[in-house]
Amino acid sequence: MAVTFSLPTVLAKLADGQSTLQVSGATLGDVVAQLADRFPRLAPRLRDTEGGPYPFVTFYLNDEDVRFRSGFATPVTEGDEITVVAAIAGG
Amino acid sequence: MTTALVTEREPTLQSPTLRPLPQVCRLCGVQQPAAPVAICEECLGPLEPVYDPARPLPDAATIAARPASLWRYREWLPFEGDPTLSLDSGFTPLVDAPALARRLGVARLWIKNDSVCHPSLSFKDRVVAAAINAARAFGLDTVGCASTGNLANAVAAQAARAGLAAWIFIPDDLELGKVVGTLVYNPHLVRVRGTYDDVNRLCTQAADRFGWGLVNINLRGYYGEGSKTVAFEICEQLGWRVPTAVVAPMAGGSLVTKLGKGFAEFARAGLVSGRAPRLYGTQANGCAPIVRLVESGGEHVEPVIPRTIARSIAIGNPADGRFAAQAIRSSGGWVAGVSDEDLVAGIRLLAETTGIFTETAGGVTVAGALALAQQGRLRPDDEVVLCITGNGLKTVEALQGVLPEAPVIAPKIRELEALHGRDL
Repeated sequence: MAVTFSLPTVLAKLADGQSTLQVSGATLGDVVAQLADRFPRLAPRLRDTEGGPYPFVTFYLNDEDVRFRSGFATPVTEGDEITVVAAIAGG
Repeated sequence: MTTALVTEREPTLQSPTLRPLPQVCRLCGVQQPAAPVAICEECLGPLEPVYDPARPLPDAATIAARPASLWRYREWLPFEGDPTLSLDSGFTPLVDAPALARRLGVARLWIKNDSVCHPSLSFKDRVVAAAINAARAFGLDTVGCASTGNLANAVAAQAARAGLAAWIFIPDDLELGKVVGTLVYNPHLVRVRGTYDDVNRLCTQAADRFGWGLVNINLRGYYGEGSKTVAFEICEQLGWRVPTAVVAPMAGGSLVTKLGKGFAEFARAGLVSGRAPRLYGTQANGCAPIVRLVESGGEHVEPVIPRTIARSIAIGNPADGRFAAQAIRSSGGWVAGVSDEDLVAGIRLLAETTGIFTETAGGVTVAGALALAQQGRLRPDDEVVLCITGNGLKTVEALQGVLPEAPVIAPKIRELEALHGRDL
């Protein structure tokens, strides 16, 4: 499943300056794992040492916070858009 | 006939130069130079300003002699040099409330009344006063925010006054008073379909894309420090001492966190002594992720989708939730969640006992304090401050159908007599 993965500038620097990437996988976790393989410096910013998401990094699958779905186990489908946003904002 | 001219207070702090402080990550400790950036490049944790511990600090008499605004505490605000904008925000009344104290069964109770904060009638004027000076110092010509209403009002008002462009983002279902109270200043106001958390996400992306100074996004480290001035003012207005307990509403969790920081900073400076106040946080049950975090003893916030009329504090994914929980626990305080019905009753109780008309968040604070008193968490010997953070005229919808209808009569004395007799 090919999905579009968007990174904030602070993380795009670790992905050869690319803020939008095409990635494939069956779940969000697969997609993140693939990105981690392609960009080793980006890997520790997207997932912790146990492979899970950080509390201060929020992943949105088509506008929905994946914490309301199944986190990294959330299935993705062709054409989905995944957006990474630093959670420290607002209030 | 003469007309009294209403003029702004004479600015007393004027300098062409203002330098925001460098920042440090609260999670990994990496220091970063001053910049309109709020997240750590290393770990994406939150940044906060770093103060020089050797900087000269004023004594109580020096502070007391300064103009009555939040800038009288400028040594604890995140700049070197003198601010030039929004010099007259803050220093709101601390109102003695004996009738409400009796209702709660505590020794003394005061209202920290930010419902009359200048210029936009909420405590958000404090944080925006800090952020807009940061924006000016960084040379940004556009400011903005993601807001549940009060911040929109504050940014729009202070940007208009400063001559800065403003892009303001709000959920599309906000109360009319909050919308009008923003639009009147002629910003770019964008109503976003979704919750505040959806707005916040869009704004985070906008800050990244457009390079604006979004006060609670990329200026957040500087912005948040303005909240400490609530604690500073409470100390000074109580005669340079601390209360035993403070109750505040929680949305993103920043206010409670910064209250704790403010009280600690004044204690370190020797301006107050004794045990730091117990901090109590309140939320509406329809959006209570920080209350649930404290109650559960957990470490990380579980986000929720807000369902409450307390829209000004309806943040389902609070950025400072973890820090607020830590501040509350370490102070010996606790939390209270209240129903929408109870928060409306809280608005009425505050009005009827103190003459202060607050918005829904204030109703949550009052109702939460009542609940905490009933649980025995607020005690008979306590000296309590309730933080009332916004003005009731902004959320009159909350009281629709709740207050009694006012009778309509002809201008005839017999009709008034009949009405008077009926009410006797």
